[in-house]
Amino acid sequence: MTQQSSQRLGIVTDGSLTKGIEVRLDSSASVEDMAVGRYVTIEGEKRRFFGMITDISLGVIDPKLTLTPPDVTDPFTAEVLAGTSTYGTLHILPMLTIGGGATDTIEGPQPVKTVPGHFSAVNQASQQDVELVFGGEDARKFYIGTPLDMETRICLDLPELVKRSNGIFGKSGTGKTFLTRILLIGMLQKGAAANLIFDMHSEYGWSGTSEGGRTVKALKQLFPEQVAVFTLDEANAKRRRVSTDFVVRIGYDEIEPEDMTLLRQTLNLTEPAVEAIYQLSRKFGRNWLQSTLGLPESEETEEMLKGLSIHESTFQNLLRGLHTIERLPFLMPHSPDNTVKRILEYLDRGINVVLEFGRYTDITAYVLVANLLTRRIYAQYRERMEKAMAEDTAPPHPLVITIEEAHRFLNPGVSSQTIFGTIAREMRKYNVTLLVIDQRPSGIDDEVMSQLGTKITCLLDNERDIDSVLSGVPGKNELKSVLARLESRQQALIFGHAVPMPVVVRTREYGSPESYKDFLSPGQTDTKKQTQKDIEELWK
Amino acid sequence: MAELGRVGEVIEASTTEFVAQCYELYQSPPLGSLVKTILPLEEPLEMYGIVYNAVTSSLEPGRRPIARGKDETSEEEIYRSSPQLLKLLRTEFSALMVGHRQNGKLYRYLPPKPPRIHGFVYLCSDDEVVEFGQSFSFLNILLNAHLPVSAEELVAATLRQMSQVYDDRSRFMVTAGKELAILLGGELNRLKAILGRIKP
Repeated sequence: MTQQSSQRLGIVTDGSLTKGIEVRLDSSASVEDMAVGRYVTIEGEKRRFFGMITDISLGVIDPKLTLTPPDVTDPFTAEVLAGTSTYGTLHILPMLTIGGGATDTIEGPQPVKTVPGHFSAVNQASQQDVELVFGGEDARKFYIGTPLDMETRICLDLPELVKRSNGIFGKSGTGKTFLTRILLIGMLQKGAAANLIFDMHSEYGWSGTSEGGRTVKALKQLFPEQVAVFTLDEANAKRRRVSTDFVVRIGYDEIEPEDMTLLRQTLNLTEPAVEAIYQLSRKFGRNWLQSTLGLPESEETEEMLKGLSIHESTFQNLLRGLHTIERLPFLMPHSPDNTVKRILEYLDRGINVVLEFGRYTDITAYVLVANLLTRRIYAQYRERMEKAMAEDTAPPHPLVITIEEAHRFLNPGVSSQTIFGTIAREMRKYNVTLLVIDQRPSGIDDEVMSQLGTKITCLLDNERDIDSVLSGVPGKNELKSVLARLESRQQALIFGHAVPMPVVVRTREYGSPESYKDFLSPGQTDTKKQTQKDIEELWK
Repeated sequence: MAELGRVGEVIEASTTEFVAQCYELYQSPPLGSLVKTILPLEEPLEMYGIVYNAVTSSLEPGRRPIARGKDETSEEEIYRSSPQLLKLLRTEFSALMVGHRQNGKLYRYLPPKPPRIHGFVYLCSDDEVVEFGQSFSFLNILLNAHLPVSAEELVAATLRQMSQVYDDRSRFMVTAGKELAILLGGELNRLKAILGRIKP
């Protein structure tokens, strides 16, 4: 254990595993140099502990000192008292043990199960320590950012990450979109999963804008061979000079009653109106939507409605809702192509699909399309997975579905009915997981939140949002203070399945020419591999 | 002629302190200086003390000096006209035992035996002071001793004396001050009193 004495911070004086450890600062270490969220190592007798500073406070040895403060204008007195009669304390949350035990040496850092002894020395974590915990970049691990005040790279194990559903949270303008873009690039580079992105504001496909109004390249520009842009709004895409691979059209006959259930809130439908949809679909079959819209105002219709015991006002309510849908320009009586099939074709080739909504950013379109496509794609995956299990063949490539404004799909009212709720809960059984992006995590069903494997959260300041994100995490109160003190840009707290311990990162740069090069260079080999794969496919 | 640094002889000794008479009148080591005396055992036992008091008095306890300078012009004239004075008066100093050296190893606590009467007393060299000042554990003995001078005065004087041999005096004082702040954790006023007296 080679630790420089200059890094020494203090000694352990008190603490517990649940509440954290109290460390008294040495007189040589100033409280003002400390920062919440920074890493420390504690040299126990048998093990080394790795932890994070979660609070910093001041103490005096004698309460009289606070009543009659000494003359600190005299530098000598001030220097003598600092660290002896007056001192700083750190509150540290121990997270892992590194080195020491046999398991640690073989299997790497282990979750902490005890606390270091009294007066163990506490040091600032060195670059090597942090690397030992978060690992260097390799075939599985993707560099996402650096810890505060350090140059070490913090890496996420992406194949591990995509095994569960994940969440990215943060207030508006804190860098959720940038973070998502970085993460998507990571998955693409490492070939961890195929992505289907429901891109509400057209930020992931071709280009996006940064806070300062600067245009930044998005996935398709960086990885043209591995990304396909689908659009609902061809005109908008042309205006933005985005080359799209496919224009999505959805036929009325593709909309099933289940797709409408989710729109109940958005379209202001009543419960009987939703019930009526099922009845109408039973009567008219696949073409129920068009047939219903085409019903003439005649006595026959009234008779028929009566026969189905649908009340007149219910029917009017339903019609209003259906007209809203009918006005969506990408809907047509019958679609010339099968969108789901197309998307699956791309995904099967390992090509990521970004579905841009163009001008149709209203929530009705988003919820309808996302739900409709996901339900079918999920069903396909489920079928394939079951087949693969039955025939003992390779399971389908993992799929990650990215949704924005996730609380619209996953709020407690609808999460039990939507496909997204099912995916979030059933997790990885069928190799399909979610990447949930939201600014109001408190709006998402608790049950879904608890199933998210890794949560990446930028600054949140609403108490309920913070509580919801941190629910069930050990050391919740300590992390709360860390979360509330994140800077409003480029900083995020990552915790959960893919990282060995909660970590605050300054996310890596995105948007400068150098950063693009950085993203591209480790991906070069992947691109080659992809090309190779494409060639092989051609000859099949 | 006495050897270099030799200042007197032990005339009273106990486990915790010793009294020495100076060879020259008025030539006692300054308050707070580090002195030593040697017990010539098979392995010589060097004993260290801190000077805490000095007294000049008549040789005979019952005979008090009388004022003589009424017709003299200066103080020196008195001694010149009555040279016997130098033989009739004597200067003694007391030192508090703070450590010892045995088998070449320095210990900053009481020696196993007291010094002998007529043991020579030496003023410690700069090197010895530096060596002794490497640890401040002896300060505890000074703070807890019951002496005619206040412990605060003695500690401050000792530190001022020791600091003279260091190049970086203020560094030495800060380190000592920190040690005192720990020792006097609950006694803020005593700490303040000492700090006020050792401010560089």
